[in-house]
Amino acid sequence: MSELATLPTRHDEAWRYADIAAAEAIGAEALNTWREVSVAAGETHRETFVLDGDAPVVTRLRVALGEGARAEFFAVNAASGSARLEIEVTLARAAHFEFGGVTIGGGDASREFVTKTIHAEPDGTSNQTVRSVHWGTASGNFLGEINVARHAQKTDAAQDFKALLLEKGASANTVPQLEIFADDVKCAHGATMGQLDENARYYMAARGIAPDVAQRLLVQAFIGDALVAMGDINAQAQLLDVALAALERSAL
Amino acid sequence: MLKIEDLHAETAGKAILKGLSLEIRSGEVHAIMGPNGAGKSTLANVLGGKPGYEVTGGSVEFLGEDLLELDPHERAAAGLFLGFQYPVEVPGVSNVQFLREALNAQRKVRDEEPLSGGEFLKLAKEKAGLLGMDMDMLKRHVNVGFSGGEKKRAEMVQMGILAPSLAVLDETDSGLDIDALRVVGEGINAIMRPQGGAADKGVLLITHYQRLLDVVKPDLVSVLADGRIIETGGPELALRLENEGYDAVMAENLGAAA
Repeated sequence: MSELATLPTRHDEAWRYADIAAAEAIGAEALNTWREVSVAAGETHRETFVLDGDAPVVTRLRVALGEGARAEFFAVNAASGSARLEIEVTLARAAHFEFGGVTIGGGDASREFVTKTIHAEPDGTSNQTVRSVHWGTASGNFLGEINVARHAQKTDAAQDFKALLLEKGASANTVPQLEIFADDVKCAHGATMGQLDENARYYMAARGIAPDVAQRLLVQAFIGDALVAMGDINAQAQLLDVALAALERSAL
Repeated sequence: MLKIEDLHAETAGKAILKGLSLEIRSGEVHAIMGPNGAGKSTLANVLGGKPGYEVTGGSVEFLGEDLLELDPHERAAAGLFLGFQYPVEVPGVSNVQFLREALNAQRKVRDEEPLSGGEFLKLAKEKAGLLGMDMDMLKRHVNVGFSGGEKKRAEMVQMGILAPSLAVLDETDSGLDIDALRVVGEGINAIMRPQGGAADKGVLLITHYQRLLDVVKPDLVSVLADGRIIETGGPELALRLENEGYDAVMAENLGAAA
């Protein structure tokens, strides 16, 4: 009943910045397919995602976290077609949800992360850190919804989005959406958008670093924030390589 | 090694350098002093090729090359080091990574083999030691969280590692306390004028104060005012400026020119 096989429109808040044509190409049935993940009390689930295909893709994940369970997701969205990763997480008492995401790329694709964090019980913690780097007429979007139930006291939720636009014409959109019904909670969110720091580029040039290398170093530092919480250094390096490869290919 | 002739430059549509001529020979330390707004930092920015500064006339020759034809990173590879008055913070990039990239980029241009991680760390440790910096500081992000004095010391560590032919140091002494000033001054001496002489290196030292010149003894001192060098002399000129002030020296000079 709740999931009619209908296509989304831009009137749906969560699809406001999405590539609707891509969604249509995927089709209603595929769109409405959710993968279910259940993490037992005290357990930890870790997963990384690399979106780097040409075809439009929407991946949806519904996660249930038991008491004291953790879910840690890290994703690089460097697809050349429009790509969207959605994660909906319901947290039991003292559970933790961590998401680190990078959208990077040019062309005209729309690369998105959508998270819905439901703090259903007290003492839960959650954090989403998303970095977007775009050029051409591409867009990077992060829609992060946080729901805190009335009795989910001592919830500590945080969201941080930063975008770096390397060319005029690229864009980034973010919509923090907080629905808080408990009164003793912390919910922090921040968003900034900007261009590469010209002073840093000049400083690097003054030390002999060519403009393309300076750009790579600065982008690497910028997106590193989203992956810093990864425990596995090798997996982290792999994701970073995927992201930076997208930049190399651009020959900006 | 550096020959500036009749240099004119402007920024934001305003003429700042108005016919500046200056020559630095190998082995020389040349101090430039002058009142605020005279064009000292503009001179450093023009030599470094900072975006936003336009050369409208004159020429700059560096080691036989037309410096103004080179991009900023090519100037560095050619052997020019610019010490920043306000070193820039680069969050997310460690000093070690930054300097290794920089050194190997310069070596590549000069057809030299890149240094391995181990070789680089050995060099970095040695040069940091000259300035009393430990490796922990080098592992931190470039200038992030450094005090004013630490930033200037870090600049000198960078200079030691990159081993330039010519250093243009823009108010490297600003923001330093007495002890840090001595450390930085001695660092300049150790790197650019090592014992036994380094006849192939030169320094252009832009400063407001005599105190740095007490440590880094200049061979020549020039006064920059209103976009031109109005007087050049020996170290005694700096002492006179310190005692009499810019106004007196400039009035005398302008009077003599009239």
